[in-house]
Amino acid sequence: MLVVNGVYKSYSRGGMFSSDRQQILRDVSFAYKQGECLGIIGESGSGKSTLGRLLLGIEKPERGTITLHGESVENRSSRRGRISAVFQDYTSSINPYFTVEQAILEPLIRKRNGREVNRSKIERLLCQVGLSASFCAKYPHELSGGQIQRVCIARAIATESSCILLDEAISSLDGSVQMQVLQLLKDLKDTFQLGYLFITHDIQAAAYLCDRVLFLRSGQIEEIVDIAQLRNVQSPYAQKLIRMMMN
Amino acid sequence: MNLLEVEKLRIWDGHSGNVLVENSTFQLKQGSCLAIVGESGSGKSLTCRAILRLNNNALRQSGEIRFQGVDLSLLDEREMRRRRGKQLYMILQNGMRAFDPTNVIGVHLRETLVHHYDWNASEITEKLKPAMLSVGLQDPIGILNKYPHQLSGGMLQRIMIALAIVLEPDIILADEPTTALDTVSKFEVVEQFIRLRERMGGSMIFVSHELGVVRKLADEVLVMKSGSIVELGTTADLFSNARHEYTRYLMSSQRMLNDRFQQLMGGAGIVGR
Repeated sequence: MLVVNGVYKSYSRGGMFSSDRQQILRDVSFAYKQGECLGIIGESGSGKSTLGRLLLGIEKPERGTITLHGESVENRSSRRGRISAVFQDYTSSINPYFTVEQAILEPLIRKRNGREVNRSKIERLLCQVGLSASFCAKYPHELSGGQIQRVCIARAIATESSCILLDEAISSLDGSVQMQVLQLLKDLKDTFQLGYLFITHDIQAAAYLCDRVLFLRSGQIEEIVDIAQLRNVQSPYAQKLIRMMMN
Repeated sequence: MNLLEVEKLRIWDGHSGNVLVENSTFQLKQGSCLAIVGESGSGKSLTCRAILRLNNNALRQSGEIRFQGVDLSLLDEREMRRRRGKQLYMILQNGMRAFDPTNVIGVHLRETLVHHYDWNASEITEKLKPAMLSVGLQDPIGILNKYPHQLSGGMLQRIMIALAIVLEPDIILADEPTTALDTVSKFEVVEQFIRLRERMGGSMIFVSHELGVVRKLADEVLVMKSGSIVELGTTADLFSNARHEYTRYLMSSQRMLNDRFQQLMGGAGIVGR
């Protein structure tokens, strides 16, 4: 469904006219199958969030192509209703002047049939992510981190996308809330046949949710393995990560 | 012998009267490590900051906090300042916000050290160098000349540990030092904490929501929920038979994550050893 082919990306370092560039991604290629849950694992600075932004079409690759159902993700029309996202920093993912209802409505209005969306759909969405209908009129600052992240997930599933990109979506939540959100993601995956692109540094969380994992290190793919084969990873880097997790 | 005794600590909002921490009583023994665990908003960080009297002015606190027999709440601000850093050292969660962004790291560290010791600049560098090398920071001089934004979160966290090694405080209060880090840096920082404890034999209060880290580091664990202490016990005891329902809930969610991982890795795993 989503095919990434030989993608390179770099950012300029230093001033506006500086020619010094920092290479973020080098020759990244992989294919994402409809409905699967692919974990993208890497430490900070490995380029995993940049890769996420490229997959969403928010930024353009320097070289290489990213296609969604055969069309370039850079076209808005090809992305619409197919891919949506949940980000790490929940404090800045919702417009602070919007109520929960407005926030969830936002992507729907962009869709052509959006105006017909009624309140009962919003309430149903909130219910699906484990919140009650009374949250509709609340503002983001009135909610806890876990609750805002649930609203973000409700917003992401509202467009009925088949794939959701989660960029460190559970990393800033604490232990038990992390588990609740993971559980929710797992349930939603089964009910809606959703697929996830799960960007994280936490192998345990990836192991819990994903079917396949991709190890990214300094902008290059180290290894892609099926989750059942996690114990047989070949690359030294993936082995090191797993060893650290075991201790 | 108890190094720090907190008795009936109560923290409330001066404006609204909301009670944030209620009737908190615990002791820290000489040379032991006490972990405070709980979800966000349970008052762990508030308790930590209340000990150092660093909470926002709008927050009021009552109760006794005795450090080496002296009630800290009775000290004036100058006396308190002398104790902060030298005797009670705090390691913060977010390295990027803990350091002065407008100066290089060296200036910040020098300012702190000059406050407690009358060392000159070259003495300070001589003291910092081995401390920084020991926490795995290569090229200390280069790092001292960098700004916080040029360093990674894990490095900043290790710089704070290096400063603790130089200051040799009686108590280290670490407020979620590993939460903002990724797997690799977390592993390294936790290793440094273990070594720090071995080397200094000092006491530590370790605030965290990560039970895996707590299990490795702490001797005693205190569980907080919405401002009150629900359980207090030794680490081994708490992890094997938690009495309070909330503690069991925290443990079970951690275990569910871990179980799946262990199952995939096949028990001890091949690369595990």
